[in-house]
Amino acid sequence: MTQRIIVLGGGTGGTLLANRLRRQLDRDSAEIVVVDSDNEHVYQPGLLFIPFGLARPEALVRPRQHQLRAGVEFRCSAVDHVDLENDTVLLADGTSLSYDVLVVATGARLMPEETDGLLGPGWLEKVFSFYSLDPAVALRQALARFDGGRLVVGVMDMPIKCPVAPLEFSFLADWYFRKRGIRDKVELTYVTPLDGAFTKPTCNRELSGLLTDKGIRLITEFNTGEVDGRDRRLISYDGREVPFDLAVLVPLHGGQAYVDRSPGLGDELGFIPVDQHTLQAKARPNVFVIGDAADVPASKAGSVAHFEGEIVARNICRHLAGEPLNAGFDGHTNCFIESGFGKALLIDFNYDIEPVTGRFPGRIGLPLLRESRLNHLGKLAFGWLYWHMLLPGRNIPAVPGQMPRAGKHAAGTSHLGPAPD
Amino acid sequence: MPTARYAGADVCVNDEGFFTEPGQWTEAMAPEIASQEGIGELTDRHWQVIKFMRHQYEAKGTGPTVRVLGKTSGVTIKELYEMFPKGPAKIAAKIAGIPKPRGCI
Repeated sequence: MTQRIIVLGGGTGGTLLANRLRRQLDRDSAEIVVVDSDNEHVYQPGLLFIPFGLARPEALVRPRQHQLRAGVEFRCSAVDHVDLENDTVLLADGTSLSYDVLVVATGARLMPEETDGLLGPGWLEKVFSFYSLDPAVALRQALARFDGGRLVVGVMDMPIKCPVAPLEFSFLADWYFRKRGIRDKVELTYVTPLDGAFTKPTCNRELSGLLTDKGIRLITEFNTGEVDGRDRRLISYDGREVPFDLAVLVPLHGGQAYVDRSPGLGDELGFIPVDQHTLQAKARPNVFVIGDAADVPASKAGSVAHFEGEIVARNICRHLAGEPLNAGFDGHTNCFIESGFGKALLIDFNYDIEPVTGRFPGRIGLPLLRESRLNHLGKLAFGWLYWHMLLPGRNIPAVPGQMPRAGKHAAGTSHLGPAPD
Repeated sequence: MPTARYAGADVCVNDEGFFTEPGQWTEAMAPEIASQEGIGELTDRHWQVIKFMRHQYEAKGTGPTVRVLGKTSGVTIKELYEMFPKGPAKIAAKIAGIPKPRGCI
């Protein structure tokens, strides 16, 4: 009997998972349908580079449908809601699709409207974001015109996609203004609701050090309550103010709106509660989640979706075969952090182990938690890997799904048990 | 592991004063912890938030963030900051005797 797997979302996680499943399951045994509201797949890591003129917007977008293997059906429609009771997805175009297995891969939604004033006076004139294509392009023009003053990079609240991206933006801004010879006329400030530059202590020290070295002021525990574009200032809930001439803000994130319309599926922010090791939804055994849509305590990042892919595909096959699930996902996250001047850092961590120094993926490899030219080249090479290895659902050679320990220095991880080798 | 003494009992806390064993907390300890944090009197609104924090921790294993508190506790973020000026999620968690809310990663 043919079973139907519906994958909601044709982004990083949905695409790589559908492709993996198509390879693993006979066409006779399973039909795979990917649903998305549009047919534009954006290479999101490239958005960071647009404002600095280092990437062209059109080079980051490809049709979603073309990233899917033969034998995966693509449906272009928004989702109205999921009816968990009846194993059915209701599409906005009025059709309903029943499923044997549902995969939620619709990621995170940007919610700038949830912060007072963010989209008010000054939006796209003095207030920008680089988390979506059009504002990133508008920001490129504003940066090119900017000839001095206060540039504030601000995170509204966690969780956000790629938590290092606003830091990278700050580092690149320092580089950009130096290159233009006007760095001394620009005051750079990084504003975060966290109590440090980053959540993980070891990494926080390194990244705070970089901010200091580059002359970027750090303002912590700042929960922005209002963006006042007219008087050009951020106002926190506890009454502090940060003035700006140009603000680059990361808006609040939540799950997709259809999650809120689907009883029992999501939490209060619209993310989907899952078992953090099997990625099975807590709501139903035949619902799995991949990528940013899940409520797991890991970064919302493409690398996480990639590492999850292997486990989710295996668990869907096991679920269909009536076998016990594999609890193999360890929270593995891997991020290049662009630091300007052709250099980058690399961090690699999981649920239990913080980013540490050493080399990745083994003793001979890219340097961890340290600026290097090699890591910058790694970040550039990743664009090719994304389209040709990651989206097709292939394992990247030498980079395992579970976090590698060889090559890592154990310093700073006192809770870490003995490494396996 | 450091300890603190509230309402006549020793409890385990971390370096920042957050309970590491929430089972040791009793309601009688809340006013003392609050006063250490500069909150003079716990009103019914404070108690609404404190009980909500305990409930969320029991249900989810971590205290809510300010944003989730504002969406679900019945108290707006603005009012939460008036009640817990030094940061609602952290201070309310401390008074409610639960571990420091897990920052999102």
